[in-house]
Amino acid sequence: MRLFNLHRGGRGLVLAAKESHCAGIRRGARFSCRAAKLLGITPIPELLDKRLVFVTGKGGVGKTTVAVALGLRAAEEGKRTIVCEVSSQENASRIFAHTEVGFHEVEMAENLWSISIDPDESMREYVLLQLKVRAMRDMLFRSRIFSYLAAATPGLKELVTIGKIWELAQLDRKVKSARKYDLVIVDAPATGHGIGFLQTPRTFAAIARVGPIHSQAQQLDRLITDHEHTGTAIVALPEEMPVNESAALERELREEMGVAVDRVYLNGLYPERFSKEEAERLAELAEGEDGIVRASARAAISEHGRARSQRAQLARLRRRVEAPVKTLPFLFEPELGAEGAQQLARRLN
Amino acid sequence: MPAVDEILEGKDICICAGSGGVGKTTTSAAIASGMAARGLRVCVLTIDPAKRLADSLGLRELGNDAKRVDPALFEQHGIEMKGELWAMMLDAKATFDDLVARQAPDEESRDRVLNNRIYQQISNALAGSQEYMAMEKLFELHTEGRFDLLVLDTPPTRNALDFLDAPRRLTQFIEGRSLRVFMKPTGLAARVAGRGASVALSVFKRIVGFDLLADLAEFFNAFSGMVDGFQARAKRVNSLLSDPHTCFLVVCGPQGEPINEAVYFHRKLVEAELPFGGVIVNKVHYPAERLRGESDDLRAALSEKLDDDDLAGRVADNFADYQALAQRDAHNIEHLAAELRTKGVIRVPYLDEDVHDLGGLAEINRYLFASSERRIEIAAGRA
Repeated sequence: MRLFNLHRGGRGLVLAAKESHCAGIRRGARFSCRAAKLLGITPIPELLDKRLVFVTGKGGVGKTTVAVALGLRAAEEGKRTIVCEVSSQENASRIFAHTEVGFHEVEMAENLWSISIDPDESMREYVLLQLKVRAMRDMLFRSRIFSYLAAATPGLKELVTIGKIWELAQLDRKVKSARKYDLVIVDAPATGHGIGFLQTPRTFAAIARVGPIHSQAQQLDRLITDHEHTGTAIVALPEEMPVNESAALERELREEMGVAVDRVYLNGLYPERFSKEEAERLAELAEGEDGIVRASARAAISEHGRARSQRAQLARLRRRVEAPVKTLPFLFEPELGAEGAQQLARRLN
Repeated sequence: MPAVDEILEGKDICICAGSGGVGKTTTSAAIASGMAARGLRVCVLTIDPAKRLADSLGLRELGNDAKRVDPALFEQHGIEMKGELWAMMLDAKATFDDLVARQAPDEESRDRVLNNRIYQQISNALAGSQEYMAMEKLFELHTEGRFDLLVLDTPPTRNALDFLDAPRRLTQFIEGRSLRVFMKPTGLAARVAGRGASVALSVFKRIVGFDLLADLAEFFNAFSGMVDGFQARAKRVNSLLSDPHTCFLVVCGPQGEPINEAVYFHRKLVEAELPFGGVIVNKVHYPAERLRGESDDLRAALSEKLDDDDLAGRVADNFADYQALAQRDAHNIEHLAAELRTKGVIRVPYLDEDVHDLGGLAEINRYLFASSERRIEIAAGRA
């Protein structure tokens, strides 16, 4: 009745992880590694060497973009990587202008796959793996009671979603002849719900005091809090309240959940295009002009002002969080597509 | 482009809805303070636990009871406050507990529910319970009649649809009609369903562990006396939402994704026959449309005025970047207005200063509550 085999202990995982990394390089990823070096990319060791990374943060801060950029970056470093979306979201595939991927592992770029985890499909897969007797599964799937129970059990959907994430992160995949990944990146649901999401296994282990779900939930919780193999990256925006919220989120993740927070990415940072003196000159110019000259001067002053206040927020964020804070530039592009994500991937550190 | 006070004329309830990260909390606070400044007694409710609203209203913290925002604070920011502004943060768990206490026939059944672990989970964690409790509190405050206007900042659901669907899902769960019959081994339905049902149950037991199942059965039994009360109440909450004195405002950002979600959400409101009031687009880059065509000469003109080719080039490039964003925004908003078949699109520009206090809210309100003359100026990009 056991879906996951973490009970073999951490050591097994470490060995397995190393093996697979070598295997990844053997499997013709060497070219990508070289290409990465030519592009002047230095690897992001602590974060991308983990097996599982949760990308979390408030709604609208660019979690999907960062998850995809991290995925592209890991793929360029030669790691076979998959980006997972949860609750049937399809934002990652949209970045690649790909048709919806659904509950399938679909290749988006060299070494990079994407999946949208549907809880019902995960539940089905879970049951298939749990029950070896075909007649029993068929009976269960036909039974309406089972689907009622599954729908009514609080947190079960989140639990099987995390279970599927783990299944993807296993080197010894439970799904027959499935691809092995070096790295699994999860575009986690927006917080307030994000913490709840990562907390599900612990909560569940507490509700179901005995039985297979209890022990599996405990295993999942151990996976989430395993600092060596699992990490989190928080995505923030350079504004007053998102900075406060990110700091609070980091504290909660660290202290209440006990997970490792490896990075805080400050997304959408305006470039410093103009110095203070230049902004002052432009302000003078704007006074005496009209039309397009005035409008362009005002745009420059606005850019300067925003870049400056964002730098103040960056400094605040650095003071308030423990994890290293890294910045990602604001891209002046109407919509962020694969190319934009690629640009960000190169800028990641 | 209408003003918010025109849209909210004669309304008791304003619900700000939209996907996460589009400025719903700030918009709700701005609308509430603007309407209060015009003489109403307004209460804004948020369920955002991040204390954003409290911060922006100068309150140390918010609780499950309404607190009044100090009128002196408005004066400090040069705002004349004719009415009253109150704010509260919803504690979903406390609201749920209150509701159970009210619906329970006696103390014993109340405690049985409150101490049930399944209840403790759903009241805290079950997706949808927060949304449901937001509406519940709204209903309670509306019934009390202490305020002229209630402004609700809806929870940050990633999918805006969840918000509308949540109460139905939650009441369905609490009713648990189909579940409860199967919980009893001698239940009629179990007998009718025959062997399949009992095998399914035993398999489920094996997977989730016996305790969980027993807790579920206990939960449904404990709740059984309250189901009718819940149902009746849910009905009244629903009729309040579709009342013509209620108004839904959709809040979004100007990028493609939030615009698409706003279109989708509007369609769901219409399908559910809920009263749609208008849409507010935040952080809009305003175009200098009337200046189009002059850009070829811009670099040269700037070079001449500034006597600095490098700076002139950077100013011109930066302007081109801003214009590209402005054109995107204008295009997206046009699409939005066409899809919604509405003129009720209010645009709030991307302000140079980050909005996080009453001064910032007042700045936003220059757009949300713009006079008709000012609206013409704004539309022309002159404001």
